[in-house]
Amino acid sequence: MTATWWAVLAAGIGCYLLKLAGLSVPDKVLAHPVMARIADLIPAALLAALVTVQVLAAPEGRALVLDARAAALVVAVGLLLVRAPFLVVVFGSAASAALLRLL
Amino acid sequence: MTDGHDRRTVVRDSLGVAVATGTYGLSFGAVGVASGLDVAQTCVLSLLMFTGASQFALVGVLGAGGPASSGALTALLLGTRNTLYGLRMAPLLGYHGWRRAVAAHVLIDESTAMAVNRPDRTRARAGFWTTGATIFVLWNLTTLVGAVAGEQLGDPRDLGLDAAVGAAFLALLWPRLGTPLARVTALLAALVAAGAVTATPAGVPVLMAAGVAVLVGALAR
Repeated sequence: MTATWWAVLAAGIGCYLLKLAGLSVPDKVLAHPVMARIADLIPAALLAALVTVQVLAAPEGRALVLDARAAALVVAVGLLLVRAPFLVVVFGSAASAALLRLL
Repeated sequence: MTDGHDRRTVVRDSLGVAVATGTYGLSFGAVGVASGLDVAQTCVLSLLMFTGASQFALVGVLGAGGPASSGALTALLLGTRNTLYGLRMAPLLGYHGWRRAVAAHVLIDESTAMAVNRPDRTRARAGFWTTGATIFVLWNLTTLVGAVAGEQLGDPRDLGLDAAVGAAFLALLWPRLGTPLARVTALLAALVAAGAVTATPAGVPVLMAAGVAVLVGALAR
């Protein structure tokens, strides 16, 4: 099996177990306010980092570049500000990157 | 009941949310194959992992050239928020044994949101199952359609699909920026990740951002 298959299966099962754990463990575990706050902030931190890496990291590796992806992200921000639905944001952003590359 | 929580209203509202959300699978399927996964791997993620942000994270890290272990770890870290949802939903749903095991699979952002504020168990369960089961079916169907279509469409860069991943993450992040603390955390995490891109292997910058959440969460008053 390839490394990708291992990642798909292990992370898939792991994510299920994280859900099951929530329904199964006593809620004292996260009663501590600092723990609860950290757990609440982790998704925002990871998603912000994923946006950054996805948009700014050079395809070849360890460098930052501003290219059509950054322009597409600006389009995505605009679409989110006017409360466009998720699919419109994602494919609208993709279309603007594709258009820019055609020019 | 006229409080907006009547069972039929709960089911109708849940279906609305579920249909809108279920179709995101289309973008996940297309992005999955654009990131180098095959159709089967993309579909197994939707069937088995079934939590959108984690799925996008795994394919995003792999697509950026990160090792499989970093992709898996990022997906798991994002999956921890479902544990929090479970802690809140457990007393509301009141399930044990196999019912709990099945309910856990559809414990996601939307099924929690449509159940957590209901005044009693019957209506909480109605919102939870209507949303969770409908999204599960639609998400998996649209993932397959998106993945097969994505494979037929040629170079993903020509279609801007590499930019679509960033837009998807931003759309998932957007509703989480409601508090100043969350906005500061997101900004710091983005800066740390941008700095780390130039100094660390792919996959590491995103994991370092989890450290930002720990620091801000521990230091905030």
